[in-house]
Amino acid sequence: MASVVEVRDLRRIYPLAEEPVIALGGIDLTINPGEFVAVMGPSGSGKSTFMHIVGFLDRPTTGYYAFNGRDVTELSDDALADIRSRELGFVFQAYNLLPRTSAVENVELPMLYAGVGERERRAAALAALDDVGLLKYAQHHPNQLSGGQQQRVAIARSLVNDPRLILADEPTGALDVRASNDVMHLFRKLNDERGITIMLVTHEPDIAAYAKRTVTFRDGHILSDTAAEPEMAVS
Amino acid sequence: MKRSIIARMAFAALLRNRSRSLLTMLGVVIGVAAVIITVAIGTGARTSVSNQINALGSNMIIILPGSLNQGGVRTGSGGASTLTPGDGMAIATLPHVAAVSPTVTLRSQVVAGGNNWQTTVTGVAPSYTYIRSWPLASGTFISQADVDSSAKVCVLGQTVISNLFPNGADPLGQTVLIKNVPYVVIGTLTAKGQSGVGQDQDDTIVIPYSSMLERLTGQTTLASMDVSADSPDNVDAVQTEVTQLLEQRHRIVSGQPDDFMVRNLQDIANAAASTAAILQLLLAGVATVSLVVGGIGIMNIMLVSVTERTREIGLRLAVGARRSAIKWQFLIEAVALATTGGAIGVVIGFLGSIAVSLGAHWPAAVPLSAVAFSVAFSALVGVFFGYYPAAKASRLDPIVALRFE
Repeated sequence: MASVVEVRDLRRIYPLAEEPVIALGGIDLTINPGEFVAVMGPSGSGKSTFMHIVGFLDRPTTGYYAFNGRDVTELSDDALADIRSRELGFVFQAYNLLPRTSAVENVELPMLYAGVGERERRAAALAALDDVGLLKYAQHHPNQLSGGQQQRVAIARSLVNDPRLILADEPTGALDVRASNDVMHLFRKLNDERGITIMLVTHEPDIAAYAKRTVTFRDGHILSDTAAEPEMAVS
Repeated sequence: MKRSIIARMAFAALLRNRSRSLLTMLGVVIGVAAVIITVAIGTGARTSVSNQINALGSNMIIILPGSLNQGGVRTGSGGASTLTPGDGMAIATLPHVAAVSPTVTLRSQVVAGGNNWQTTVTGVAPSYTYIRSWPLASGTFISQADVDSSAKVCVLGQTVISNLFPNGADPLGQTVLIKNVPYVVIGTLTAKGQSGVGQDQDDTIVIPYSSMLERLTGQTTLASMDVSADSPDNVDAVQTEVTQLLEQRHRIVSGQPDDFMVRNLQDIANAAASTAAILQLLLAGVATVSLVVGGIGIMNIMLVSVTERTREIGLRLAVGARRSAIKWQFLIEAVALATTGGAIGVVIGFLGSIAVSLGAHWPAAVPLSAVAFSVAFSALVGVFFGYYPAAKASRLDPIVALRFE
């Protein structure tokens, strides 16, 4: 089975006027199906840039990137948008739910762009809400939900297309400790029980501890790449 | 990606912001309503003018005195006192001429019993009621015998009756003093209302033209002549014949200007209609400008909306929207705002036209072309002013957009 993400000598250089900024200086990394990887590092380490490139929101300056075994470096914007809608799920720090729109309609959004039929859309969205334990809140609007609940709706949205990879960008950054733990347990459960591949970007070690593998970035390079201790894995 | 789904997303976005959507539409609503109302009133005015002129008789030709050149001094229209009753008799013998009525008018104070009133005394021939399509209400009209004998008989218009005989007495057989000459009332005319230029046509006393010339003014020339052709098709032929005959009778050398003017009512109707059309075009132009201003309003709000919904756009791009889908969504939102505004404007314009026509007692017709034009134009406004914000939205960088505060 092809690896979900495979990058070789990936570089991202911002051509600024005075001196080019090297955000990523040659990254080699492979993420296999079923992995739960935490990407760590201080701000400016390149971890966010790396996530944006993995999620096709940005393009590498040079280097090789294969998603699901397919070289994506030469694909058009539209082709990348189509991969995003069918094979990727995003979870953001700020939830990014549409205001004044019900939870279930928010969850349906990626399927709209993937061209899924109406009935199938609604069924899949309700199933995804059930997966995150929010089925009875399906008709609630974001402003009627707590931060933790909103983030779980966002996770349901990332799940709904049955993606090859979920990218979570500081998903607990706006949550209190209890809600953070709930959300991380949910990610862990999805990974353990359904084998969903997750890449989590965070700068908090106790959040990264939920992952099974931790990749640490510094100054655009990978500093360390370690598997979690078995006893730390499940709490 | 299906357009219908994008369209549904666009409508969902508009419904999320109902009050703002309504306010955004307001400019187009007012613009379209203004276009519809001005066009409706303009069309109504034209119809009413042409109706009134046609009511006078579409076969009718009016001969007016022209300008006279006396030793280099030109008198201006009506300055020539050259139309005579003899001209009228000659015209009556022409082929295709159904009737001729010489007309002389006089502003005078008239007295009946204890009441007096200033009115227009009109001297005419028996054919007057036929040419003007003006039936009698009671009594008889002036006969040829009355003309031949310059009889002191008169026929009253309704306004004169109500002022000289206010207590409802039957005016028939009564005596009316015109310039102290006693005239016997032999008939009354039906009410005809206002003329195309707003003059009260019922404020008149009709007497034989010969009686007017001999007993009241002492003149020998006419103010005008009404000529009726025997069918609408012969109006042009009669007009040519009349012109040739009068040139001959007045000894106008060819190449010299005529001392009379021949007008047919169609010309007058056309002139009135084209004046109304120009006015209407002007008003519609102003209304169209307001429609464009409404479009600029939509562009403003769409630009604000793109900025305000930057994170939403970032999210949509992240979950797999193509840039073209974003562009279409915002374009459809703008066009939907504009055309919905247009539709509401049409309804308001319709109601407004009815209100105006009831208030001003004017017929107001809303032509389908005006409705089609304003709806099409507002859609065009939506496309034109929606494109820039939509293009701006589709060019956003998703990374920046997702973090936008």
